[in-house]
Amino acid sequence: MPTHALQDAVSSEGTAIGGPLTRRRFLTYVVAAPVLTVAASSAADLMVPGKAYAVVPSPPQLENLADLGDVMVAATKQAQDLLVLEVTTDNRVVFRVPRAEVGQGITTALAIVVADEIDARLKDVDVPLEDARQDLGTAQSTGGSSSVRSLWDPVRSVAAEARARLVTVAAERWDVPARTLTTRDTAVWAPDGRSATYGSLTEAAAQVRIPAVSTDPKSASEFRLIGTATPRIDARSIVTGSAKYALDIEVPDALPTVVVRPPTIKGKVKSYDASAALKMPGVVAVTELPSGVAVTAKTFDQALKAKSAVQVTWGSGSVDGVSDADIRARLTTAIPPMTPAPPLTQRVDATFEFAFVNHAPMEVGSAVADVRSESAEVWVATKSPTGAQSAVGDAVGLSADQVTLHVIRGGGSFGRRIYHEPAVEAARVSDAIKQPVKLMWTRNDDMRHGRVRPRSHHQLRAVYAGGDVLSYEHRMSSVEMDLGSGTGQALIDAGYVNPTIGTAFFNISQSCPYNFGPIIESLTEVSYDMPTASWRSVYSGQARAAEEIIVDEIARAMKADEVATRRKFLKTDKACAVLDKVATEGRWGRTMPSKTAQGVALHAEYRSIAACLVEIDCTGDKPRVTKAVMALDVGRQVNPSGLRAQAIGSLMDGISTVLLAGNHLDDGAFREGSYSDFKYARQADAPLECDVHLVGGTGKPGGVGELSIPAAAGAVANAYARATGTKPRKFPINF
Amino acid sequence: MPKYAFKLNGKNVSVEAPADMPLLWVLRDLLGVTGPKYGCGVGVCRACTCHVNGSAVQVCTLTAADVVGKTVTTIEGLAPTGGLHPVQQAWIDEDVAQCGFCQPGQIMQAAALLKSKPSPSDADIDQIMNVCRCGTYCRIRKAIKRAATKK
Repeated sequence: MPTHALQDAVSSEGTAIGGPLTRRRFLTYVVAAPVLTVAASSAADLMVPGKAYAVVPSPPQLENLADLGDVMVAATKQAQDLLVLEVTTDNRVVFRVPRAEVGQGITTALAIVVADEIDARLKDVDVPLEDARQDLGTAQSTGGSSSVRSLWDPVRSVAAEARARLVTVAAERWDVPARTLTTRDTAVWAPDGRSATYGSLTEAAAQVRIPAVSTDPKSASEFRLIGTATPRIDARSIVTGSAKYALDIEVPDALPTVVVRPPTIKGKVKSYDASAALKMPGVVAVTELPSGVAVTAKTFDQALKAKSAVQVTWGSGSVDGVSDADIRARLTTAIPPMTPAPPLTQRVDATFEFAFVNHAPMEVGSAVADVRSESAEVWVATKSPTGAQSAVGDAVGLSADQVTLHVIRGGGSFGRRIYHEPAVEAARVSDAIKQPVKLMWTRNDDMRHGRVRPRSHHQLRAVYAGGDVLSYEHRMSSVEMDLGSGTGQALIDAGYVNPTIGTAFFNISQSCPYNFGPIIESLTEVSYDMPTASWRSVYSGQARAAEEIIVDEIARAMKADEVATRRKFLKTDKACAVLDKVATEGRWGRTMPSKTAQGVALHAEYRSIAACLVEIDCTGDKPRVTKAVMALDVGRQVNPSGLRAQAIGSLMDGISTVLLAGNHLDDGAFREGSYSDFKYARQADAPLECDVHLVGGTGKPGGVGELSIPAAAGAVANAYARATGTKPRKFPINF
Repeated sequence: MPKYAFKLNGKNVSVEAPADMPLLWVLRDLLGVTGPKYGCGVGVCRACTCHVNGSAVQVCTLTAADVVGKTVTTIEGLAPTGGLHPVQQAWIDEDVAQCGFCQPGQIMQAAALLKSKPSPSDADIDQIMNVCRCGTYCRIRKAIKRAATKK
């Protein structure tokens, strides 16, 4: 029988809110006075050429003090006593993961942490995804590259507590001092060679009141698996095709369903005629939804064919008549006037634009739902399970507690699965037709009605004199970002709304890693009623990439080397070490043929640092990144293979968003419809060589999933600029 | 409804389906074979890549009628039961997969490539058009080269 060995132990530690309380007070203060109001005028005396300072120090920015990850750490800590690790009688160590697995490798990373701390074999550890639990709230959200950061302490605590209890029971059973026993391979061992599996001890361990040995987690010197490169624990199921995504799950009698969607964004159904569709083979039902008209049939083929036969008269959409040029004009005027440069100084000015970008995960939006009169069951890949659970309940007139929501592995997310429209649509259809349904968005649906990284506009100004940057200003304007019910809700809970969640997110995610004197960074959001979203690395993908481009331009304006300039102004030695690693390993400054060049960039966020050096070849029809060298300092490294995988994927996001992939808005509708015109990188766009170096490695783990995108994007843009002698300003460059 | 017979993963199957039903849905909805994935439905993303008579094809662009009397192999049938094809093993060794959704198609594409070109060049590998939105391309390239040396 499974036992819940840990409940007492964890609650005895309490929720440890002394720390978070202090931070919360701090956060409240911050809401009242955000750091981004740092006044350039107060530092006017620094703006004198030829001053004695080596560099002009910048005051700390909000991100330096508390970032989104800290908010998620605090939220998770408060839910710590709700996280349960179980040792079963058949010797399985089970930790139900309160996060989504969408390819980022969180299940493998947590299995490693659990196995290491409890001294189990990795293959004896199960890490199923936890069903939505309202008691966990936002502590069950996945986002902000915070999963390992927020679960590192709680998971090790529960595993260490479990191990101590198992040892205690074995000592009692063998009548030997507990301190003489050791643990390995999912068993307790006595000095004489006797052993007992955890499974054989687990029932008795549940009765232990006071463990006889320390319940402290291991020290770093004792780690066996943490820090060792380990392939994904689900690799075999993936390569054999047995890994199940939402639409692969066998839910008896679940009927394939697709949705006829409007020609423009958020267009509404005025009327429809489904009589022809209903006569087609296999068609079971046609259901009107707020988002369109759903067609349910016995196969997806039948549903897709019948979809084209539904005649819909559409009302207007929410942004009909609006195109990229209109948004561009509003974003430009939304940027406040830049601070004038003082006399006797020089400046570098730059304006950047980034297009809308669809998340385009390989698995289209999909969900399975079975709604009954008093209950509902839903299967969906979501990063906000409790938000999805509430939304499903609201849609079909049930309370959240009446909805069982299974979190299923997702075929990619990149921010997309913070939102859960397919689950709500599937539930509405199931509720209407009284049958379970499996609902799928087509790729066209995903491209034209899915969410996008908001289009953004950036005005940057660096004022310099005598080899110093005296002040630095970055004004970003962006289409308003919908931050959803996961991390967005965590920010609301923590008291951040100023004046929009988006600007609050911007404030706690943005900081300039350079000593550029007084720094002004601000975001102005422009509201459009369209489906936007955070996109992997959120604002940093554009904002920090733009900053890395202007750092290169500052260097060239000063007739200085781009790497040397970064070294000179970087705030921390840690950042310098990461930069030095790519410069050395990538042979920065080596002689390159004409129309080819190196480019470098760096990014610090999530308590981690990434640097990227790429080589680009612009001799052919289209530019190709031929080589990449990356370096990461992410603090404690749980799984080096997974860390490198995240860096490589981020590199491809950088290459794609800078060179290739974006979405045009034409008269209220997105132009691109599939991967044929949404040009995310393919094999022929990927570098032939890509090395990821891990440096540092001490302390606690930092965040990784989104870390490398700004560095990769900046490096690609900088390499392109150096290879072509141009100043790229609009991204993607080939659009 | 017409009936179509072909060999699927080593077994003879016969399936009743509309003449124009894409093979992808025949496999997934009628035969319960879910390894091939829907990613676009128009042969662009290639997440549904399978082998027909040993060649890589996108089953979303074929019909059951197209494969009558032929041998269809999906990711489930690439290796003998319980075993792994060298490409699958290389995928594990290089820790290629992230979300994994495109990988059945990538593996089938790579296995077909290695069959026709046992030592593919970088230019050959560049011809692979399968989308991997997680961006695992560098590891795919390494895994193909690893599998090539093991053969």
